[in-house]
Amino acid sequence: MDIFRNLIFGCGVALTPLNLVYCFLGVSLGTLIGVLPGIGPVATIAMLLPITFKLPPIAALIMLAGIYYGAQYGGSTTSILVNLPGEASSVVTCLDGYAMARQGRAGPALGIAAIGSFFAGSVTTLLLALFAPPLAQVAFQFGASEYFSLMSLGLVAAVVLAHGSLLKAISMVLLGLLLGLVGMDVNSGTSRFTFGASELSDGIGFVVVAMGMFGFAEVIRNLESTGTREIFTSRVHGWMPTRADLKASWKPILRGTGIGSLLGILPGGGAILSSFASYTVEKRLAKDPTRFGQGAIEGVAGPESANNAGAQTSFIPLLTLGIPPNAVMALMVGAMTIHGITPGPQVMNQRPELFWGMIASMWVGNLLLVVLNLPLIGIWVRLLTVPYRLLYPAILLFCCIGVYSINNASFDVVLTACFGILGYLCHKLDCEPAPLILGFILGPMMEENLRRAMVFSRGDASVFFLRPISLGMLVAAVSLLFLTIIPAIGRKREEAFKE
Amino acid sequence: MEIDVHKSKDFFAGLLFVFFGLLSVWISRDYPMGSAGKMGPGYFPTILGGTLALFGFIISIRSLWVRGEPIRLQTFRPLVLVVSSVIAFAMLVNPLGLVLATFVLVFLSTLGGGPIRLGEGTLLFLILALISALLFVYGLGLSFTLWPSLWISSET
Repeated sequence: MDIFRNLIFGCGVALTPLNLVYCFLGVSLGTLIGVLPGIGPVATIAMLLPITFKLPPIAALIMLAGIYYGAQYGGSTTSILVNLPGEASSVVTCLDGYAMARQGRAGPALGIAAIGSFFAGSVTTLLLALFAPPLAQVAFQFGASEYFSLMSLGLVAAVVLAHGSLLKAISMVLLGLLLGLVGMDVNSGTSRFTFGASELSDGIGFVVVAMGMFGFAEVIRNLESTGTREIFTSRVHGWMPTRADLKASWKPILRGTGIGSLLGILPGGGAILSSFASYTVEKRLAKDPTRFGQGAIEGVAGPESANNAGAQTSFIPLLTLGIPPNAVMALMVGAMTIHGITPGPQVMNQRPELFWGMIASMWVGNLLLVVLNLPLIGIWVRLLTVPYRLLYPAILLFCCIGVYSINNASFDVVLTACFGILGYLCHKLDCEPAPLILGFILGPMMEENLRRAMVFSRGDASVFFLRPISLGMLVAAVSLLFLTIIPAIGRKREEAFKE
Repeated sequence: MEIDVHKSKDFFAGLLFVFFGLLSVWISRDYPMGSAGKMGPGYFPTILGGTLALFGFIISIRSLWVRGEPIRLQTFRPLVLVVSSVIAFAMLVNPLGLVLATFVLVFLSTLGGGPIRLGEGTLLFLILALISALLFVYGLGLSFTLWPSLWISSET
């Protein structure tokens, strides 16, 4: 079997001492920021980008990937012990995880979360290895029109999956697309929307937008809410779940892995959505839904498997199509570009050690998380006693240093502050930043492909409907939009997010 | 039923989108449009901006009928101080060096979180300055100057 040969080859890369060290660093750091509320993987990876300048590319990517899925492990810890989601993707784990902790069953809750995550991580590593190569082959057939339709589908999916008003989500996508166009137009050399500032001629950096809208805006929001943190310091003893726990959990773990794997691939999806969807499904399927919220172990096992699965499968579109489905993956694009790698289907052939090494490292990282980091949970939790008023100046400082050092430009730091204001405004007006970010990432690529496709077809827009793959994706996009507009389904969507 | 337009989230969100949409259409009027077969740099942004303004308009108008949630504003203090501490850092890091810029950032931003605690703030500043000097400047070799370069002309 090719896949096993490839995986063994990848393991050979991932298990070199240097890569192993960076994998460990990545997952530990991921766990740490997962435990700490108020700082997420987007801000962390953005902060660490300058550090990766000096690393060999494969070590850099292994570390950054580790931060993302490591954060999924760490996030559940805080949810269960403190009733405070360390990560947005662990919000639902609070409901039943904390209830279990109050019944003195914090140990099994942590245990099942880890087991579920590990299972999901292992399965999705295999999925990546199995499906990435054939998908990349398909991607080689893609022309400009296919890429344009695919990105339209992606944006529609992001809109549909966003919370709240559909109209506002669409507007955020459009605003993101426009922001993405700032800078020199590659086809004509015209500087667009630069207001004469030479700093803007290369466009706005993704790190600037992400750090402003996620990092800074979040700090400001956290400072506004004056709620004090209550720490539930229960002694965690014996985290092995009982036989009955395992019996109740194995199906939710399987389902969670399935849901997460599917939703992770979707643009705008990823870990957060997966965990919400899994919780809703488990509650629907349960014989006695009233147990949920009272410490049902299924409500921990399902979502925790799902968010880890979603985090890992979101690498599939990045590695096979070169299209990042969410903000974390967009930062991975940034990291790859720094090292002169263009993400896309060609990576697999040109840099097999990078591709397979990264996939294998995910399994290694998951193992490290279970074996090394779980016993350290006590130490991580103690970090929660550090008050936020000491934490946020550090977050701000490291964000500033990170943004500054990408181009050695004070201008970028000021721009990030502006996006912080925009992010704060959007939060106040109930506009979700995720669709804007996705639009921002895809904006330049979309315009480029639209123009290319239209040049080839000599201005005939029917090219998007005549090529079968392109047509299929547009049909999918339109039907997805219609399904959401139909009120009954729209209502269900609201419900899912209310849980 | 009286609806207070001035407090509705949707109304202002719509206005924001109209503003950005019209702004981009207005700016793009200088860029050549080209044709569908050979799009100029103005084509895509004009269409996007127009659509955005239209959507924003619909959102605002709709908010006049559909009862929306009011905007909750408690305090601008964190917003103002966090943003100004970051901008101060950006302005100062080049002429004054990393250490003094860190000092300003730490003290301005802690003001945003509540009453200032001098001892705590000083300790925090010392630790953070040490970490960033050791890790980022010496460890990773990022190009920061640590101290104001008094002996060199500060003009450049």
